[in-house]
Amino acid sequence: MNAAIPFSAQLINLFASVILLLAFAMLAQRRVMALVNLFALQGLTLCLSTLVVAVTTGQTHLYWSAGLTLLLKALLLPWILHRLIRRLQVKWEVESLINIPATMLVGIALVIIAFNVTQPISELSSTISRGTLGIALASVMLAFLMMITRTKAIPQVVGFLAMENGLFLAATSATYGMPMVVELGIALDVLIGVIILGVFFFQIRDQFDSLDIRHMEKLKDN
Amino acid sequence: MISVSGFLGQIFAIALALLLAPLLSGWVGQCRAWLQSRTAPPLLLPYYMLHKLFHKDVVLAHGASSLFRAAPFIVFGCMVLACAIIPSLSTDLPLAPAADAIALVGVFGLARIFISLAAMDVGTSFGSLGGRREMLVGFLAEPALLMVIFTLAMIAQSTSVATIVETLAHREFVIFPSLAFAGIAFTMVSLAENARVPVDNPATHLELTMIHEAMILEYSGRHLALIEWASSLKLYAYSCLGLAFFFPWGIAERDNFMALLAAIPLLLFKLAIGGFLLAGIETVSAKMRIFRAPEFLGTAFLLAVLGLLVRLMLESRV
Amino acid sequence: MDFFVLMLAIPLVSGALLTVFGERAWAPNLNIIASLGTFLAAVGLTVEVVANGPRFAFGEQFFIDSLNVFFVALTAFVGLTTSIFSGPYMANEAAHGRLTKPRLRLYKSMYQLFMFTMLMALTTNNLGILWVAMEAATLTTVLLVSLYRTPASLEAAWKYFILCGVGIAQALFGTILLYFAAERVLGETGNALLWTHLVEVKGQLEPTVMALSFIFLLVGYGTKVGLAPLHNWLPDAHAEGPTPVSAVLSGLLLNVALYAILRCKVLADGAIHSDYAGNLMMGFGLFTLLLAAFFLSRQKDVKRMFAYSSIEHMGLITFAFGMGGAVANFAGLLHMTMHSLTKSAIFFAVGHATQKTGTQMMADIRGLIRINPLIGWGLMLGTLAILGMPPFGVFASEFMILTHAMKHFPWATPILLLALGVAFASIFGKVQPMVFGETEAKRLPHAPAITPVFLHLGIVLMLGLYIPPYLTRWFHEAARMLG
Repeated sequence: MNAAIPFSAQLINLFASVILLLAFAMLAQRRVMALVNLFALQGLTLCLSTLVVAVTTGQTHLYWSAGLTLLLKALLLPWILHRLIRRLQVKWEVESLINIPATMLVGIALVIIAFNVTQPISELSSTISRGTLGIALASVMLAFLMMITRTKAIPQVVGFLAMENGLFLAATSATYGMPMVVELGIALDVLIGVIILGVFFFQIRDQFDSLDIRHMEKLKDN
Repeated sequence: MISVSGFLGQIFAIALALLLAPLLSGWVGQCRAWLQSRTAPPLLLPYYMLHKLFHKDVVLAHGASSLFRAAPFIVFGCMVLACAIIPSLSTDLPLAPAADAIALVGVFGLARIFISLAAMDVGTSFGSLGGRREMLVGFLAEPALLMVIFTLAMIAQSTSVATIVETLAHREFVIFPSLAFAGIAFTMVSLAENARVPVDNPATHLELTMIHEAMILEYSGRHLALIEWASSLKLYAYSCLGLAFFFPWGIAERDNFMALLAAIPLLLFKLAIGGFLLAGIETVSAKMRIFRAPEFLGTAFLLAVLGLLVRLMLESRV
Repeated sequence: MDFFVLMLAIPLVSGALLTVFGERAWAPNLNIIASLGTFLAAVGLTVEVVANGPRFAFGEQFFIDSLNVFFVALTAFVGLTTSIFSGPYMANEAAHGRLTKPRLRLYKSMYQLFMFTMLMALTTNNLGILWVAMEAATLTTVLLVSLYRTPASLEAAWKYFILCGVGIAQALFGTILLYFAAERVLGETGNALLWTHLVEVKGQLEPTVMALSFIFLLVGYGTKVGLAPLHNWLPDAHAEGPTPVSAVLSGLLLNVALYAILRCKVLADGAIHSDYAGNLMMGFGLFTLLLAAFFLSRQKDVKRMFAYSSIEHMGLITFAFGMGGAVANFAGLLHMTMHSLTKSAIFFAVGHATQKTGTQMMADIRGLIRINPLIGWGLMLGTLAILGMPPFGVFASEFMILTHAMKHFPWATPILLLALGVAFASIFGKVQPMVFGETEAKRLPHAPAITPVFLHLGIVLMLGLYIPPYLTRWFHEAARMLG
């Protein structure tokens, strides 16, 4: 019955699902190191899915994107984050504002919303992997959820980067890649962003003796 | 209506279930011991246990009602029925129309209710504690199991277990990410339902952590034997269900007696591997606190729902 | 050499130079000279575009037409005056011991790079690069907001980074959707994100995709514009960062973000054939305007209050562009110009005032007119200008927006009047005692640069009384382009 979906699309679907699963795993994760590892794994999956798209469509610039993803998101950024965590001696626990099961339920609701929103677009898609757009949006929203529910700086940043992963999935799988210049620019921005954040972490820790964002609730309108 | 091979297949399936279930429990126990570098108990230990228990007298607690005495039979009956409608060897089962996948979950639920009620019937504190915990686990595991079944039912467009398995066995090779989600969720539910390690420990006698054992503390003699046998059958039923759903190759079809015979060694092989993997999971994971069980099952539910959603999003429009 | 190349190269090169030599004594002068060079190049480019019409640069990657050349000139001008203002301001901060030399170096190099990213965002033809430049503009200013390294400034910078990061991610999703729609029409070429190509085929773009894409783009870039409900970063970043940074954030960055929305709106309008995009913008604009007006009355910190005033004006401008049509677009563009000039002038004056009195709390700032009459008058006149008092230019643009709204969207008029009234009452009521009141204060070690304040206010006054015909023509052309 599913014979109409070519094998490559099945693979992309599989990778997309794994990315979604990893997004949930990150949402549920309680340990900072494991969170970073999950992020690296998501980057790796993203790289594989990009590679499948590249092989299927024969677009050479997607090979570059895949390589860039592997280098940046699966290796470099996790390495930087690992170093930061060790240098800053961050406490291992990730603290959440809402308890994790509740976060998961909200997450499911977000996935449903994302799927609903992208449904009409997926039907228009000419690419072989049309369902992935919904998954990409869902991953973005889950990462967003992670950013709002976490109280520590590093999980928030991982959320920020995971959001970028979701966007990248949308760019590669749903539209077969943005123009190369744009992808390079995005990669550069992400890298600079992380470096700036690294600098920032030290500043925050020096000021507050902790990376808990809850210290930073002084600025309010009253 | 009922073909000879179908009838034979049904008889075979029930007989095999009754015979093999204790063996599977024994095998899992042996694998566990082996993986944990302990001296393994004999493979046939569950049979000796059953034999011993059937020859002992029943001791009933004061105040035990007829419910307490009836429960083991009801539980045992439920499990036999479940094994009868799960296509372990062949999808041509005359009893299959008796219950579809949803009713199958109901059959398991019925057994759970009776054993919990029986546990509370005597009025000991451990009994009611076990009963409550069992209901908690069941309350969380059932929706997850149903979600898994819905995912599969959507693939097969039917809720009949036999039809689902038939569809899954005869499709060409397609990667279903939803099946992977459903498979993981099903494994987690099975662990919880069969009182396996992350949720419960079948070998424990530490009162504060146990669930299943706490419920059957008051049972003895043939009642206990039936309950133990029913537990083995439950494990067997879940294993066969999992194998049929996610590894359905080699299950015989209608009017194919030779395939039925060929399916038996294959089933044994698959069960052996499945049992080994189960023992592996139990070895590598630590028993979680009872308060973490809801989270564990919540994750299973989440995965099952994700499977369903992924099914809707990625695979539906063909 | 090409004016365009010069305009982009000067801030980039001088930013790099200042990174290395930023601690030398001549570094502040280099900052000003570079800004002056950028401004002159921008003027040259403007003259060229006004004379010869739209042009490309670097193949089709950059595109300058009458719409963005207007923003380019404005950006370069405010960039220049802010650099003049920041010279003595930063020297005073250093003298007070609030900033060290390495931080000053960071400030100067980031300031130039920030100018570079904004000019790039304004002139790029590629909507993907537009996104990249917007994100880069955020990144360059994050460290500027936390320049003082106080707990509050770190908090503000963190909020700024995270909120704008989230917002900009939405914008990227919108851009991806846009590409997705464009690819179906233009094919898988690198041209599918070039605005000039997109605008030619805008009628063929898939309406459902474009509708969704525009929502994401509006919310995403809207975060940077300061549209409610994602405006929270703005008051914090303005209040806690150094004043020159507040001036360029308010005067320029918000404009650039709004420019990005305008470009996308043209495409969305072409594809959807209804007022969908305009209605969305009107809704967001009104909501922002109203929210900001009521928050204004609760402010105690002077920079925070003027930050809310920026949000309020951005809401008004978004509303104006949402109404659409030549008149409203004209008014919107005019108001953007007026707001940039006036608001940066106010921040200059406020910067000096806070330095004089050593506090940002309005309750503690009194009698500016005695401490330094020029600053006092500058703040008073700037406040009157931003509140839309005639004869300043803000009055002209607000009047046009109001009359257009009365004519075409009468239901919105009471809301607009209410918001503007509340804003007037709260700002005027608070600035008046700051300027006229009893006080004792000491002299600053470095004489403040008052020229930029009165230069800006002079232009605003002039534009209120008389708009030169070439400027009118130019605005008209830009307004027509927006549809």
